[in-house]
Amino acid sequence: SERKKFYQNVSISQGEGGFEINLDHRKLKTPQAKLFTVPSEALAIAVATEWDSQKDTIKFYTMHLTTLCNTALDNPTQRNKTQLIRAAVKFLETDTVCYRVEEPPALAELQKNEWDPVVAWAEKRYNVTIGSSTSILGPNIPASTKETFISHLASYNMWALQGIEFVITQLKSLILSMSLIDRHITVEKAVLLSRLEEEYQIRRWGNVEWAHDYDLCELRARTAAGTLFVHLCSESSTVKHKLLQD
Amino acid sequence: MAALGAPLRTLRALLRELRHASGRSYRDSPAYRHVLAAFRAHRVTSEKLCRAQQELHFQAATYLCLLRSVREHEALHREYHGRGERSPQQVAGLVGFRLPQQPGGKG
Repeated sequence: SERKKFYQNVSISQGEGGFEINLDHRKLKTPQAKLFTVPSEALAIAVATEWDSQKDTIKFYTMHLTTLCNTALDNPTQRNKTQLIRAAVKFLETDTVCYRVEEPPALAELQKNEWDPVVAWAEKRYNVTIGSSTSILGPNIPASTKETFISHLASYNMWALQGIEFVITQLKSLILSMSLIDRHITVEKAVLLSRLEEEYQIRRWGNVEWAHDYDLCELRARTAAGTLFVHLCSESSTVKHKLLQD
Repeated sequence: MAALGAPLRTLRALLRELRHASGRSYRDSPAYRHVLAAFRAHRVTSEKLCRAQQELHFQAATYLCLLRSVREHEALHREYHGRGERSPQQVAGLVGFRLPQQPGGKG
């Protein structure tokens, strides 16, 4: 449900642990009542903008960056870095771009043309074997490939990892997420590739604005938020390291 | 690096979205000032292939996507999903009734 907008002015201030958000004279807190502090000024500005954009009621479902920060601060699922990384890499076993159909031929062809390049990019970039499969069991990912991704993801701090895992669950693909985070493709392209089958069906049967576009916009918003969150939490020049300790 | 188009175009579109998001005093908003300052500092409007510029441009394009998608999603939500429940007055009105008025409040 929605809450009435209870503040006039949104501002940012710098505290002990990072940047804080002020709603009039009140300091923003997380759902678990912790002080809302973010490590990056740019991120704080973007969060402040979310709060400032609200009109009469606060639409929490549109405030994706705030939600991501709250998750990083509260860690409601109580997962540590190892567990987050494992959850992320596990997605590779059912990665959207590796899971191929044989029927109908037009869709199989579309998947091959659109997904093969991004799989090839990942294999080259990370020096791994991934492949794809039409089997119901999905692709057979070598242990060494998983190890490479585990080790790569370990180089990210806890906040950035929350963002990465979020993007992966939205796109249903580790490969598309890494492609996005490595700036190889845009958010719009990543979402298109993630929704390839939907797009194919839409082209065949027609678009339903209140369902298709609704889902498309929501997926784009969440994916864009997650990506921006990862990048803003990873920039060493603007980040307060104390807050990001694993 | 992703295909992003002209940085100037991204900047203009991003500033436009920030205007939508903020309302009246958008030029004074921290976001507006931050974006302009970042672009000026990196001179992203030129043709150079500097890595920092590309990263900034990608970030700007991502933020643009976020703002635009949230706005479009909200517009769709309002149009198709926002009606909500009817009030008691509306429900009574459906069958031609009106709720009784009790001048001193309910007994």
